[in-house]
Amino acid sequence: MQLPDAEALCAALAEAMRPHVDPAATALVGIHTGGVWVAERLHAALGLKIPSGSIDVSFYRDDYHQRGLHANAKTSQIPFDVDAAHIVIVDDVLHTGRTIRAAMNELFDYGRPGRIDLAVLTDRGGRELPIGPNFCPHSLSLAATQVLALERADDGGLSFRLIDK
Amino acid sequence: MSAFGKQSNPQLNSHGELNHLLTIEGLPREILTRILDTAAPFTEVAEREVKKVPLLRGKSVFNLFFENSTRTRTTFEIAAKRLSADVINLNINTSSANKGETLLDTADNLAAMQADMFVVRHASSGAPYLIAQHMAATGRDHIHVVNAGDGRHAHPTQGLLDMYTIRHYKQDFTNLTVAIVGDVLHSRVARSQIHALLTLGVPEVRVIAPKTLLPTGIEQLGVRVFNDMREGLRGVDVVMMLRLQNERMQGALLPSTQEYFKSYGLTPEKLALAKPDAIVMHPGPMNRGVEIDSAVADGGQAVILPQVTFGIAVRMAVMAMLAGN
Repeated sequence: MQLPDAEALCAALAEAMRPHVDPAATALVGIHTGGVWVAERLHAALGLKIPSGSIDVSFYRDDYHQRGLHANAKTSQIPFDVDAAHIVIVDDVLHTGRTIRAAMNELFDYGRPGRIDLAVLTDRGGRELPIGPNFCPHSLSLAATQVLALERADDGGLSFRLIDK
Repeated sequence: MSAFGKQSNPQLNSHGELNHLLTIEGLPREILTRILDTAAPFTEVAEREVKKVPLLRGKSVFNLFFENSTRTRTTFEIAAKRLSADVINLNINTSSANKGETLLDTADNLAAMQADMFVVRHASSGAPYLIAQHMAATGRDHIHVVNAGDGRHAHPTQGLLDMYTIRHYKQDFTNLTVAIVGDVLHSRVARSQIHALLTLGVPEVRVIAPKTLLPTGIEQLGVRVFNDMREGLRGVDVVMMLRLQNERMQGALLPSTQEYFKSYGLTPEKLALAKPDAIVMHPGPMNRGVEIDSAVADGGQAVILPQVTFGIAVRMAVMAMLAGN
């Protein structure tokens, strides 16, 4: 299968968002780990002024009681005032929608956002919740046993890898 | 044959995951490191507008304190509440135990109230182990037990929060010299610290105390013993003070607290023998003017209050890991 070019998708995503963001007022929140990398790219490409936040949803996952606490939980950091803010949640791949639900729940523990949008590089299908992206330059259909993972090389280059579970 | 069956470590489940936290002794370095790594993101929760995460929502945590404690009980309570658990505090020394109920009857009754976790403080060594073993023997090993201090045996969450504090300030354990000073004989904290420091790879752990306050054979744990505090503090990176436990002392182990302060109290002058960037720790409650001079306790090298703050995150990590396993 031909996997999408992650670098090209980052550029396309930034162009899709550009008319809809206010560089002085829009804030990005990347979801660990791939979403944080994409948010870094978007922040630079869109010339945003507000520093981006990052969220690790380990403490909000709905499968905690089946799978326990995730082993490598990272620290969430929201370096701006969430109240009334325009926030774009950024992730690499949209799948079931459960991670996005968890991220929104977490964001609300920092305040009441004015508006939340969702930006992803690709939508791989398989949604289990009524969640859809506002900005998404690509989609593909994968089997439930397949994982599409974003990876970052030592030189910072982003690429996709397909993993069969 | 114990109710834990063939498992080599009664704290671990059949997948090798932490099911209870009873003692640091015997836990592999990977598990200690994982607890410290997991505690780090929990420190950030305290910075939020809503200081809560939903992990233990709908779970009941019973703080079973058969012995008085303010700091430990409070920090366990805050930790459980920040995990969204329902917390029930029982001070048993003023309750059923006085009416004659046994430890295991108390535990059975609370288990019948759908307890998910017991946090146990007891004057007798082994009490939390006994409860965990009883729960396993009666098919209730989904109930997790955390030792919040048992007799002279162990105080694992204190040991872990001390390790978190050391790692926060010193980053790496493998190039440190650490001194534990004071009443080692009566101290469950010292035992947990020693096991944790050695497991995490600290190359030199020193114990500084008068002979009367040292358990016999302490060297066999792998520590260097000093009876002269000045000699023992020379060049150390971390000074971990212990509380002089007057209430546990029987007979004349010490001439007087003034004499003790003179020989083993941490003064600025003695601290100057340690490395210039050495940190000073104390598990609390402090006896100012007995084991520690106020000038040190309130000075720039003391990290005693950060220890308390880190303690909440470490206890959150432990409870969240246990309840998820």
